[in-house]
Amino acid sequence: MGKKFILIKLVIVALFFGSSLTAQQHNHDHSGHHHDHSSHDHSGHHHDHSGHDHSGHDHSGHDHSGHDHSGHDHAAHDHGSHGHHGPVCGVAHDDTFDAGKTAFHHISDANVYSIGPLQIPLPCFLYAPGTGWDVFMSSKLKFDKIGHGDGGKAYNRYVLDGGSIRRVKDASFPMGDVSISGFVHQDDGYFVCHNNKLYETEAKSTADGGLFGGGITSFYDFSLTKNVTSMLIVTFLLSWLFLSIARRYKERDGMAPKGAQSFMETMFVFIQDEVAKPFLGAQYMKFLPFLMAIFFFILGLNLFGQIPFFGGSNVTGNLGVTMVLGILAFLVTNFSGNKHYWEHILWMPGVPAWVKTILTPVEILGIFIKPLTLMLRLFANITAGHMVIIIFVSLIFIFGDLGNNMGAGYGTAVASTLLTLFMMAIELLVAFIQAFAFCILTASYISAAVEESHEPH
Amino acid sequence: MTGSIAAIGMGIAVIGAGIGIGNIGSKAMEAIARQPEAVGDIRSSMILMAALVEGAALIAIVVAFLVA
Repeated sequence: MGKKFILIKLVIVALFFGSSLTAQQHNHDHSGHHHDHSSHDHSGHHHDHSGHDHSGHDHSGHDHSGHDHSGHDHAAHDHGSHGHHGPVCGVAHDDTFDAGKTAFHHISDANVYSIGPLQIPLPCFLYAPGTGWDVFMSSKLKFDKIGHGDGGKAYNRYVLDGGSIRRVKDASFPMGDVSISGFVHQDDGYFVCHNNKLYETEAKSTADGGLFGGGITSFYDFSLTKNVTSMLIVTFLLSWLFLSIARRYKERDGMAPKGAQSFMETMFVFIQDEVAKPFLGAQYMKFLPFLMAIFFFILGLNLFGQIPFFGGSNVTGNLGVTMVLGILAFLVTNFSGNKHYWEHILWMPGVPAWVKTILTPVEILGIFIKPLTLMLRLFANITAGHMVIIIFVSLIFIFGDLGNNMGAGYGTAVASTLLTLFMMAIELLVAFIQAFAFCILTASYISAAVEESHEPH
Repeated sequence: MTGSIAAIGMGIAVIGAGIGIGNIGSKAMEAIARQPEAVGDIRSSMILMAALVEGAALIAIVVAFLVA
């Protein structure tokens, strides 16, 4: 008992130190991060930099050698005239901490894989009509190994902004390797600085309906992104786990399960007995592989996304992924639907004709709403969990006022660590419940499609 | 300003879902207290029903997101 208590205390202390360390890391990043650094060198122009306290931040970690500041002709620019009208290269813009933006940045997909503050490059496969295929590692865009994944180079108009590939809209932007000096994020768009001029960049190319800053773009991103990498890791782990357990069953035929075998058997039998058999009855073996695949794939990704400092990839909280899962459930349900199922949708027996005119459109809508809610439920639950954790960590920076109020920052760090710990415990529960809910709902939709008529004909 | 109005709509949708899931939870508790041996069946039906109620709220939340 005593030993356990000490262990729990140790874990809490370790987490507290971990979060305060990340706090400083973020602190440093978010204040220095999106600024164009060239602006800090020129004392002669009209901008009032007194509001920006950079004295507390250690900028030595940044590699400034790549930026050539001396070549810029500042005499030619009238800084006074465009100082506060629209985005301007070299102007340190909005310096406040935006928790919502930070949360969206951290839950969205990226072209780098981050383990803690370390950024690992991933392969990019980009296609744009006109320029064709571009295949390179994202390290080609020269981002800092420890940082936020902001590239120092552009290649064929592609830039790496906050870990994500974007494309410069302006066709006059030079192709090939080009040095860039920073990113400016405004409400009216995201911009990249090159030769002291701003170029607007397109949204990320992700099929998420524009919810997370993605949308219809002039280029297609087929890259092996953070989410795809996580998905491959989880698929590999699950395949290895299940193949080794299957081998164990052959070897130990008739004996009691052992080790991981007994753990997986519990979950497997649970889904089989609580989901497949009650809903699908005698036909359950036909759909069991599908239900199991759905359950363990979602569970594996939910749990993988919960590992702190290890990517924190939000795969099941990505609309694209859940949409494919929903479409699979839709196809399996409707292709296995029998005559009875379609009769109930298209021409409900036993109700007056005028009711049928209302009922049929509603039932047809229902076919599509079912997979839609499957998709949204998983997406919203997992995304909300990730966001709440990030917002709790963000409280440190909100109360700590970005390093201006260190006392409050440390004080909040204690509270937010405890809140985050609590939230992660709940998320562990949600990971199982959502995988189970997706599975049981799919089973109930399939059962509605395959069940035989009850009333005697 | 549209953002805040969408947020109000989202809040109203969540109130509805909260009442619904609360009712499901309370009735499930009563059912388990009355028939403790049926806890497994009751729990899975409870999660199924809660998920269905949640689905309606989620559609409202996503619509609020989209118009915001």
